[in-house]
Parts: sequence; C-alpha cells; structure tokens
Amino acid sequence: MAAPRINRITPFNITALALGLAFLYLPIVILVIYSFNASRLVTVWGGWSLRWYYEFFNDRAMLDAAWMSLRVGAVSATIATVLGTLAAIALTRGERFKGRMLFSGMLYAPLVMPEVISGLSLLLLFVALDAGRGFWTVTIAHTTLTMCFVTVVVQSRLGAIDRSLEEAAMDLGCNPVRAFLFATLPLIVPSIVAGWMLAFTLSLDDVVIASFTTGPGSATLPIRIYSEVRLGVKPEINAICTMVIALIAVVITVASFVSKLSRTQGENAVPL
Amino acid sequence: MSARRIFARPARYAAIAPYLWMVLFFLVPFGFVLKIALSQTAIAQPPYVPLFDLWGGREATRAALEQLSLDNFRLLISDNLYILSYLRSLTVALLSTAILLLIGYPIAYGMARLPQRWQGVAMMLVIVPFWTSFLIRIYAWINILQHDGLLNTVLLKLHLVSAPLVWLSTDTAMYIGIVYSYLPFMILPLFATLAKQDPALLEAAADLGASPRQAFWQVTFPLSLPGVGAGALLCFIPIVGEFVIPDLLAGSNAVMIGQTLWLEFFTNRDWPVASAVAIVLLVLLVGPLLLYERVQHRQLEQR
Repeated sequence: MAAPRINRITPFNITALALGLAFLYLPIVILVIYSFNASRLVTVWGGWSLRWYYEFFNDRAMLDAAWMSLRVGAVSATIATVLGTLAAIALTRGERFKGRMLFSGMLYAPLVMPEVISGLSLLLLFVALDAGRGFWTVTIAHTTLTMCFVTVVVQSRLGAIDRSLEEAAMDLGCNPVRAFLFATLPLIVPSIVAGWMLAFTLSLDDVVIASFTTGPGSATLPIRIYSEVRLGVKPEINAICTMVIALIAVVITVASFVSKLSRTQGENAVPL
Repeated sequence: MSARRIFARPARYAAIAPYLWMVLFFLVPFGFVLKIALSQTAIAQPPYVPLFDLWGGREATRAALEQLSLDNFRLLISDNLYILSYLRSLTVALLSTAILLLIGYPIAYGMARLPQRWQGVAMMLVIVPFWTSFLIRIYAWINILQHDGLLNTVLLKLHLVSAPLVWLSTDTAMYIGIVYSYLPFMILPLFATLAKQDPALLEAAADLGASPRQAFWQVTFPLSLPGVGAGALLCFIPIVGEFVIPDLLAGSNAVMIGQTLWLEFFTNRDWPVASAVAIVLLVLLVGPLLLYERVQHRQLEQR
C-alpha cells in the first residue's frame, strides 16, 4: 500500500524528527562522555580516564545498593511476569466474568497513578501488617507496579494473535489448557520476555516507591544515587549512570532480538 | 458450545492469582490511607493513634468510629500551603502537557510520514530513552544546566551572554526536565493514531481542492484527537503527582503536591496529614483516571 504522495520526506518532517531525537539523546551522550573525564570538576575536561569507575568499585555502600537493586529487579520482574501474563490471558480469553471491570481497572490505574500515592499506601499496608521492611517489601511493591506493564504488553500481543490456531488444536482433541500451552504460548513468548525486561528496568529505575517501602540499611541503587544527586553533581555518579545505561542497553538489545523472532509486533504499538 | 466459550472457563481461572494480588496490594492499601487520614497525629512509632482494630468486637468498633476526625482535612483547607501546592501541581501539569503536545505532535507527525520501513526504526529510537533510567536522564540535565555546565559554557563561548545564567533551581529547568521525561509518552499514542490514518483521505481532500494546510486542520488533526487525548492523559495524571523532577530541578520557593506529601511524611513524620494529602490528590485525579481507563480499555479490549 504505497502512498507516495503522503509518505514523502519533506524538510519539515525531517527537521522535526532530527531535533526531537537530538533532544532525547544529547543529554545522555554528554553524561556518558563526562563519566570518562579525569578531572574532579565535572565540567572541566581533563582527558580520558577510568578513575570514576575505579572509585565505584571501591565504594562498599554503592555496591551493596547496586546488588540490592539487581536482586529486587530480578525477583520482582519474575513474579510480575507470571502474574501479568495470567492477567493478560484472563482479559483476552476469559470473555465476561464477574468483577472484570474492577480487575482491568486495578491493572490500568497503576500505569499512571502518581508514585507518591502508590508508595504511601503500600507502606501503610506493610506497617499495619507489621511486616519488617526491607528486600521483600520493596520487591512486593515493585511487583505490584510492574505486573500492570507486563499485562499491557502481553495483552496487546495476545489480542493480535489469530485464534483459529487454538480452535484448530481443540478440534484436534486438545483440552483448552493444552491448546493454549502448545499453540498460543510459543507465539507470545517474545512479548513475555519483553514484559520481563520492561519490569526489570522499571524496578531498577524507581526512587519514590522504594523510598517509602524500604527499611533502614537496605537502600536500593536509585535511592543512593538520588541522595547523592541532591548534594550536587559528582563524577562517580556519572560513571554509575553510564554503567546502568550500558546494562539497560544490553537488556534492550536482547529484548529486540527476541521480539524480532516474531514480527507483527510493531503493528500493535503499545502505548508505553 | 463454541471453542471460544469452552476456552474461556480455564482462562478465567487465570485471573485468580493476579486478582487477589491487586486487591491485597493495590485496593486494600487505599483503605489504610483513608483510615490513617482520619486518625490523629501522635509522637509515636508508628506516628499516629491507632484507630480501630477489626478484631475488637462491635463495641470497640463503635467507640473507634466516634473518634474519627476530619481534623487533617480541615487543616488542608485552612492552611494556604496545601491549597497553593495543589494549584501549582495542576498548573504545572497543564502547562507541561500543553508544551508536550506542541513538541510531540510535529515529531509524531514526522514519524508517521516516514516510509513504512523507517517507521519501526523511528519508534524504537523514541522508546529507547524511555527504557534508560528516568533518574539518570534528570541527572544528565543537571550536568548540562548547572552553573558551570555545558549550556552556560556554550552560551559564553558564543558570546550570547556575558555572565553565566542561573538555570538550576528554576521553573524553566523543571519544565525542561518534565518535558524531556514524558516526551515518549506523548509521542507514541500520537504516532499510533497518525500512522493508522488512511492516506487516501488526504488525497481525497486534495482532489476536492483543499490546500495541504486545510487538509491538515480539517482531516488529519480531527482524526488524531483520540491520540491527543490518550497522550495528554498519560502525561497529565502522573505529572500532577510528580516528586523527583521538581525536587531536583525546581527552586524551593514553590512546591508541588507530591513534594508536600513527601515532606509531611519523611521530614515532619506526620503520617495522617500525608495520608489526607494523598486522599485529596486521588479525588482530584479520579476524573482524569476514569477517562484514561476508558481510553485504555477501548485500545486494548475492543479490537
């Protein structure tokens, strides 16, 4: 469906796009470059150096926080992926059921809910339950937020799949569970993987909810970065940020590689 | 009985675990927020007077209900600080959403007019910064905007200014940070509706004598309004409660409601007032939230 008259490259289109992308990427590029700056003054260029990376790997408190964040991210993303996938199955295949509106409402609201509200409400729950705050409370909080994103990602894929495959499997004698496991599940694996990656990076990024739900002595990496940033720019923070960006870049590359295994995903732009 | 109907039953069972999880960790906590908003502040650990305990029997519950107080809500109305920060939050969110729309629309339009095979690449390029940490992106701007940062260095080199300007701790910095962080949320829904439009519509408009400008305002733009609505809600709602961006980039002379809540909770340790602030914020957002749910519902469930 070529439409040469419409889809043509005009100076206006290209300028808008180029400026937009420059605005999105330039600050990150600058941050990465400065992380290799030898000078203690962030803005004075003192030559290339790995000094600040070295400092990070000798900073016990930062390393502990990074380890805590990676654990919280991995565990919460895994639980969120299981729950979010189940929720997506129920929403796309369950037809009508009691409490469906409430169910989808609870799953879509956290996508836009201000983090201060989610954080405060979960903390009050944990206090009421007298739960010791630390690794598990942050993990539960992050699971609650990120499973909603997983649901949206998997749901948009499930909604686009041709259902005749499942029906054919059932006509050939599969029960619904087997039909789903063998006909549908393989097709949605890429979106499940993408959902896990998204959940992991969201968890790795969160300051507000983690600040509310964590306890003394178990700060996550963003909490530590945040408290350092409030005191001003530090070259070591640039180095840490660059490493987080590198980690996330690896995650995205893997995710896009996996999602290439099944095309068509681009047609169902997920509003993220 | 069709295969779909048979399939639906086990699919409904899949809802049980996520349903229970969300009720326990999303719905129930709001009950606690309300309960604590209605209780009194105390210097204790945790810092509020426990209201009631459901296991205390009917008498205890009735006694507790009589103790419920609206004091925290009265405080919110009587003290200017709270009203001002609610107003500021709404103003900042409205203005930011308008700027995002003005910047995001041309970008989304440019993307949608690219040849098909480039559209996927362009979309990927917009999504990638969304994946890189949001805190890091704000921090990147502090690098640029600080007193001896890149922006001032460039301005001085170009002799556009004679002395370094103050960028950090200003509203300008905050708006830059907000627009930067939320831009992908605005672009993607806009792009989704613009890319779906049938090009034949514009050809028809041109055949009927419309200039490109007329065609845009009378065909393209009205048809893209669902995307405008989705993008605006996706940005407006979280910006109202934003905490990190104003805290790091804006000055301290005016605060947004998210900052007020944070201050009451962490600095003043006044949990009941913090909870009351959260309840009022939630009430303010109920309208936009319901609207957003409907948009989301239509997009995901009615194909």
